[in-house]
Amino acid sequence: MTASLLAVFKRDLALAFRQRAELLQPMMFFVLVISLFPLGVGPGPEILQKIGPGVIWVAAILSSLLGMERLFRDDFQDGTLEQIMLSGASMPLVCVVKVAVHWLASIVPLILLSPLLGLFLNLTLEMYWALLATLLVGTPLLSLVGAVAVGLTVGLQKGGVLLALLLLPVFVPLLIFATAAVEAASLQISYSAHLGLIGAMLLFALALAPMAIAYALKVSQS
Amino acid sequence: MALLRGQNLGCVKQDRTLFEMVNFSIEPSQLLYVRGQNGAGKTSLLRILVGLSDPAAGHVEYKHQDIHTVSEQYFQDLVYFGHKLGLSLNLNAIENLQFWCQLNQVNCTETELFELLAELGLVGLEDVPVSQLSAGQQRRVALARLWLKTDAKLWILDEPFTALDVQGIALLRNKMIQHLSEGGAIIITSHQTLDVDYPTSELLLEYRI
Amino acid sequence: MWKWLHPYAKSESTYRLCQTLLPWFSISAAITLISGLILGLMFAPADYQQGDSFRIIYIHVPSAITSMSAYAAMAVAALIGLVWQIRTAYMAMIAIAPVGAMMTFIALFTGAAWGKPMWGTWWVWDARLTSELVLLFLYLGVISLYKSFDDKIQAGKAAGVMSLVGVINLPIIHYSVEWWNTLHQGATISKFDKPSIAPEMFWPLMVNLLAAVLLIGAITLKRLQNELLRREIHRPWAVKTLLKEGKS
Repeated sequence: MTASLLAVFKRDLALAFRQRAELLQPMMFFVLVISLFPLGVGPGPEILQKIGPGVIWVAAILSSLLGMERLFRDDFQDGTLEQIMLSGASMPLVCVVKVAVHWLASIVPLILLSPLLGLFLNLTLEMYWALLATLLVGTPLLSLVGAVAVGLTVGLQKGGVLLALLLLPVFVPLLIFATAAVEAASLQISYSAHLGLIGAMLLFALALAPMAIAYALKVSQS
Repeated sequence: MALLRGQNLGCVKQDRTLFEMVNFSIEPSQLLYVRGQNGAGKTSLLRILVGLSDPAAGHVEYKHQDIHTVSEQYFQDLVYFGHKLGLSLNLNAIENLQFWCQLNQVNCTETELFELLAELGLVGLEDVPVSQLSAGQQRRVALARLWLKTDAKLWILDEPFTALDVQGIALLRNKMIQHLSEGGAIIITSHQTLDVDYPTSELLLEYRI
Repeated sequence: MWKWLHPYAKSESTYRLCQTLLPWFSISAAITLISGLILGLMFAPADYQQGDSFRIIYIHVPSAITSMSAYAAMAVAALIGLVWQIRTAYMAMIAIAPVGAMMTFIALFTGAAWGKPMWGTWWVWDARLTSELVLLFLYLGVISLYKSFDDKIQAGKAAGVMSLVGVINLPIIHYSVEWWNTLHQGATISKFDKPSIAPEMFWPLMVNLLAAVLLIGAITLKRLQNELLRREIHRPWAVKTLLKEGKS
């Protein structure tokens, strides 16, 4: 069992590395969207600081949606998913591994970029640390819940916009808690409660989402 | 003893009944040829047999037990070759096969893989991304699974001869006969006449309107 | 325990059940709706602060409450379908979805119309309105996912999973939005600040709530019947039913 999970892990990493050009696109989108805001609302440092956390989180959600489709698309189309299902490996665990690799390959670079964006949007150091913490806890939640919808739409030709329609409403609480945490940090209040809530949602998703993803993939196969 | 048995299988796609009340059983050393027009539901039947999709009615038994209750053993004894090849286009043949072996707990060294690919007529193409191989060559890579999983008891092959050249077909045909003579069973669909020198039983799916 | 459910896995018996229930639902929906509106719009006293404009409560509140319960009902149908593999449950799910979305839309529309006299603007990011808006998006997601599949059995399962994801999220969304609203305290006055509502205002509201429930029930039953006929148009029972109903 662990052998096959390890095999999936290594293979997905190798594939991600070979498609790194494709992985870069959501990242560039992320930076672009964020640099549009100062142009749109004016470069005043106060207003940027006020909208900064929300802008960064909305951009992170949108750009992660862009890359999300990659998660199962190729494996579904070339039949690898069928072979994985017929290998007897536990599908929920395989899904967790795939989501983990996807997070490492396409979200972690986004997080690494965030100091630059903090600079762009004039965030204070406290706000930046809070932003980093919410991104670290919140983005795995994004990937896990997103994977359910990706699993459901992977067999459809026109998945892109539908995926956004399905997922954006579901991400509302995450957006609220994450931006509130950064805002709390800007007022120098403790934000551990917000982080705790996001963490609780993450654990909850970790318990349920793998089963839902596996079922979604099975539905897409039939 | 029946190896695989389908009982009262029915399949509904887009609210159209493809087939219903399909019964069959297959024993070791038996070759079952699933025939039928385009759209009669051959592929759907094979996907139901391997458990990728669920039948609208009936159930499939492996060694007299439902395939979902003995799925671990069933998958261990099964090789499925479907329409989709199951090869990642961005990986090369060796990587693809190594991944498949690890996934299925098949022990196979890299030298053995090189030898096998040579036997399949793919010398020199081992480390080329699969996307750059021709359709027939890609199929040969995928078919290597039949050589790799030596202890498989049941092969389920959906149109395995498509896109293969004469040598490829001969290679596969010999391998099939060898598998059958060693006590393995095969369920196959094919649009070419199944020119295999072996007693064949047939399952005819009729096209329904 | 669930034996009683199994006959209704057969489309024809579900159709007959709907046929029996439909008149009861539609007649009582019509009676309660008309009497509730008359009571609410004509007999209930005007509010001492808001005057007559408060009367929109008789549409807004029932539709807002039932829009949430319709989502829950949809998720229950989805769960039944997923757990017991019952095809008609998916059809019931997709029969409820647009009705619930319609109720959500009515709640949003009347909420906005009520906002105009109260807040002086059509839209305020009030917690309840925001939740309703997200709920509308959730409904639209389920419906468009269902429409995207050609195979309706697959569609039912996929939309079922999505509505379960939604129903798990709904309370989280609701409370997070409420909390977000208190955090950004603006000019809003909660509509239900008053600790109690006068009984002569309260009873028409209850009648209207009942009317909304019955109306959703009636429309859903009819939609379910249509869905059953459309999906099983090749089956003898559907042909016979259509011919018989066409004659009469």
